[in-house]
Amino acid sequence: MLEESPRAVVRDSVGVGLAVGAYGVAFGAASVAAGLSVLQTSVLSLLAFTGGTQFAVVGVVSGGGTLATALGGGLLLGARNTLYAMRLAPLLRQRGLRRFVAAQGTIDESTAMAVARRDPALARVAFWWTFVAIYVCWNATTLAGAVGAQALGDPAKFGLDAVVPAAFLALLAPRLRNGDERSRDANGADTAARSRESLRIAAGAGLIALVLIPLTPPGVPVLAAAAAVLLAGRLR
Amino acid sequence: MNLWVLVLATAGGCYALKVAGYLVPARLLDAPQVRRLVELLPVALLAALVVVEAVASGRHLQWDAARLAGFGAAAVAVWRRAPFLAVVVIAAVVAAAARQI
Repeated sequence: MLEESPRAVVRDSVGVGLAVGAYGVAFGAASVAAGLSVLQTSVLSLLAFTGGTQFAVVGVVSGGGTLATALGGGLLLGARNTLYAMRLAPLLRQRGLRRFVAAQGTIDESTAMAVARRDPALARVAFWWTFVAIYVCWNATTLAGAVGAQALGDPAKFGLDAVVPAAFLALLAPRLRNGDERSRDANGADTAARSRESLRIAAGAGLIALVLIPLTPPGVPVLAAAAAVLLAGRLR
Repeated sequence: MNLWVLVLATAGGCYALKVAGYLVPARLLDAPQVRRLVELLPVALLAALVVVEAVASGRHLQWDAARLAGFGAAAVAVWRRAPFLAVVVIAAVVAAAARQI
């Protein structure tokens, strides 16, 4: 990471942006399969622009959940972007209106690419290029996935029902891996203990959700699992 | 459910959460409880979502063989550190193939 040129940072950022943005196809398809229109699907990607939340919301819709449970799960998942913004604010040092543009681009990948740079100037380059590359690619592929899924018809026939849990698992895995980029905290510190704790939390939340599926309305198992974690955190 | 209300509320809420991080004092982040919570919350939510999406159908547990086959193949791909797009394509292809059998 030493003596990195701005050009190399741009290249890496655009590369990550295109690779990550491509899975907008999976979101577009899952969203239309859940019953949202192509327009609603695209509006979510353009305005909400945070993959985990978008998958969560359409996941609850497809399961027949209520507006409150879909929104609750989605916003809880989106709350991590608040933490990212707090980390990026002193790094990007944006004033006035540009802060409100930077806010929209504050997601997992742009944060990871920015905080990986020691030089604040390079961090800014990484943030903006990753944001723009993902934004363009994510929205284009969302539309492609939505239109494609609408043309295909029955989503189950094409295995789209397996795509959503697979997508969540792929989003979860980096947070469970020891020493992985995304599981690092702001100081770059990471420990095996932290990773083991994440595994315990994941197993506990999964179990709570499984038990509650037949007992509660759709959407509630996910929120209850999150609430249990809040509680476990307080007891410590 | 009115899907437009959900779409717009999600969009507005997500943007507000992002903007909030630029407006609150940075020292809030110094509290270890806050940091821990924001790190662990996505882990719990995503794990619960994996389970619900894999085996729930509304309020019922539904052990759909094809869906689980696709999910299982995707889990192996995740374990082998396949890229995101490969994981979801494997899930769809295996589930679709299993459904044909």
